[in-house]
Amino acid sequence: MSYLDYTGTGILALAAAVPRRIIDNASYTEHFPAEDVAEIVEKIGVKQRRFADDSTCASDLCFAAAEKLIADMQVDRSEIDLLLFVSQTPDYRMPATSIILQHRLGLSDTTIAFDINIGCSGFLYGLSIAYALLQQKGLRKALVLDGETRSKVYSPKDRKTAFLFGDAGVAALIGKGEKFGESFFSIHSDGSRADLIKINGGGYRNPSSPETLKEKVVDEYGNIRSDEHGYMNGGDVFNFLIREVPKDIKGLLEHAGVDLDSIGYYVFHQANSYMNGYLAKKLKLDLAKVPMCIEKYGNTSSVSIPLTMVSELQSELAGRNRLMLCGFGVGLSWGTALLNVDGCHVSNIVEV
Amino acid sequence: MDEKKFIAALQSALEIEDREIQMEDHFRSFPEWDSLAQLTLIAMLDEEFGVSIEMKRFNELVTVKDFCEAVRAAAAQK
Repeated sequence: MSYLDYTGTGILALAAAVPRRIIDNASYTEHFPAEDVAEIVEKIGVKQRRFADDSTCASDLCFAAAEKLIADMQVDRSEIDLLLFVSQTPDYRMPATSIILQHRLGLSDTTIAFDINIGCSGFLYGLSIAYALLQQKGLRKALVLDGETRSKVYSPKDRKTAFLFGDAGVAALIGKGEKFGESFFSIHSDGSRADLIKINGGGYRNPSSPETLKEKVVDEYGNIRSDEHGYMNGGDVFNFLIREVPKDIKGLLEHAGVDLDSIGYYVFHQANSYMNGYLAKKLKLDLAKVPMCIEKYGNTSSVSIPLTMVSELQSELAGRNRLMLCGFGVGLSWGTALLNVDGCHVSNIVEV
Repeated sequence: MDEKKFIAALQSALEIEDREIQMEDHFRSFPEWDSLAQLTLIAMLDEEFGVSIEMKRFNELVTVKDFCEAVRAAAAQK
């Protein structure tokens, strides 16, 4: 079991940016009958999401969020020693987007910067790596930027994914303070399930070619996509995660010696509202302590945990509270964090 | 695992109230069936029987009897 324990690090501030363009799911009916769309929307619980325009990348959303956070908190940019960019929709195949963001944000060239390529569990990785590196005496503050333009990944003609995903970017400022106490993370991987959520073409295994870009009918339901679109075997992802996620949560609680009921808020990756509802029911959680923003923003992959914190817990994070964060998805990769917030400043959401 | 319990769970998951389903019924032909019903059934299997059936296997199941036997086999493997 790989548990990670940290002392004296915490989230000082959070900000989020979303594209201005709102997609109203009930009227997203270009490729499917309105009746089918209504049924899907009801089940997955996504009423709206935000789509970035052609010229906006995940990094642009993160940049806007970071600038908002820096302005609101009057952050001294020279104190940021670490910049992490969590995303699977980077600007380029090289260089790493985090390096470009170091320059755009006017950070010192002594900044440690690198990308973290992980999906729905990515924010947990970003946080835990920031917490780990901040155990070093020489490091003062870290900026965890987490952004996705999932709208550019999935085919609008594949009903399994066409209505689910949205775009957003967040910035989290991480720093030191005794008041944060202890925090605990668990992280898991299962590559035997790599095929369950995947983009087959466009990497170096199956490089981009006219063939990978060709749209094809892929199943008996008439769903259409190319090899460069993402696909998801939602049934088996659901099968696996409803078994493993509760197990992981229980394991971490036991490791940390924390009682489930002592937690102020349980912030889950916003997968779809049916799955999240079932997880909450299985864990017997008080739904008032399970914030959701999937209705407004859809599934934004790794961004969904911090986006839920910004969108639903703005005033709640200002006080002292214990949070459980739980992310799961592509990889498959999943994990849980138990941490304290105390005086976390949450900026108003920026539209780009 | 008894058939009655399975039928009751399936009826309740698919919200079938106006009739009794039979072991030889083709469950994908029920008017209550749609592409999202599989999510409901996955949750039902986990909640009521503590088992899961992989989609590849699930997609081969035709009748209520097939489904019931697959659940029985999954339960036996636990």
